[in-house]
Amino acid sequence: MNEYIVLSAILFTIGCIGVLTRRNAIVVFMCVELMLNACNLALVTFAKQHGNLDGQVAAFFVMVVAAAEVVVGLAIIMTIFRTRRSASVDDASLLKY
Amino acid sequence: MAFWILAPIMVAAALGILFVRKAVHAALLLAVVMISLAVLYAVLDAPFLFAVQIIVYTGAILMLFLFVLMLVGVDASDSVVETIRGQRAMAIVAGLLLGGVLVTALGQITLGAVVGLDDANAGGNVQALANILFSKYVFAFETTSALLITAALGAMVLAHRERSTPKAGQAELAAQRMRDYATSGKHPGPLPSPGVFARHNAVDTAALLPDGTAAESSVSRVLAARGTVRSAPALADDVEVVQRQLGISAGSVTGAADTPEGGGKRGTTAHSEEEGS
Repeated sequence: MNEYIVLSAILFTIGCIGVLTRRNAIVVFMCVELMLNACNLALVTFAKQHGNLDGQVAAFFVMVVAAAEVVVGLAIIMTIFRTRRSASVDDASLLKY
Repeated sequence: MAFWILAPIMVAAALGILFVRKAVHAALLLAVVMISLAVLYAVLDAPFLFAVQIIVYTGAILMLFLFVLMLVGVDASDSVVETIRGQRAMAIVAGLLLGGVLVTALGQITLGAVVGLDDANAGGNVQALANILFSKYVFAFETTSALLITAALGAMVLAHRERSTPKAGQAELAAQRMRDYATSGKHPGPLPSPGVFARHNAVDTAALLPDGTAAESSVSRVLAARGTVRSAPALADDVEVVQRQLGISAGSVTGAADTPEGGGKRGTTAHSEEEGS
């Protein structure tokens, strides 16, 4: 089962690098989803490793929370795009000043 | 077996998300990762999560991503300008360090013998999950419903836009048209339909006004912007051919036939007709 966990770690790392390097807010969001999915893979793997279904239930809850998060997050991105005509994370910097 | 086929595909697609320019391509690569993950869930004895992953993630969430991409603009690509100097390089170094730490740490541990889900899944995976979900995790499950309602309301509030001006009704529009006619002489009726002319009824040919000039407003602005509108002189060339075939003297025709090659496809068909006759 170790290889599943390693794959999950690799995917999490890739998602992490994506969040830090990409500028488009939607792609940043996709990388967050990638990280959530990597965690889900680890949870399901541990469920099989330990022989109880708590891990799968946890993965299910992560999916629900991810769906809610995507809905609100994309609505925020839409609102920002409507007022600033840009989906870049660097352009929303007014709170700095 | 499925793991060793899917793992390289997933890692390659995930790396692709980092490097592709267009956000749509990133979304499609994310779909590859998510569907592969669904297959891995099936391998890991989680058939319920396999279905949920495909329906919720690839079906709903990715479609939502694509919808927003289409609304925001497909070509909203990344800027290469760094607002923090060296941020990209530092992020890559930090990410690689994190990955290195994780993978080495996971290489050190041994997970022991796999228990497997055969006992837990004995009465069916969905039934077993439902047993846990509605007994041990029932409070979390109910809280989830509150979360979902909050998210739906939040999305509606955020995406809703108040009208700053009242919507113009039919009476206001008609009054505006008459005002425009009074001030600038703009025709109050509908635009002329295109191609109302002897042998052409295509949308890319302009209608002719009574004085023989083309009515520019009769052709769609999209076609005009693309530059695929057929010109009036080319049409007049066609008229001359028809008149010659009919034996009417071409002297009465206004001299607009000075650009015979401007007709494009229509011109060549006119020539072939000429040869045939």
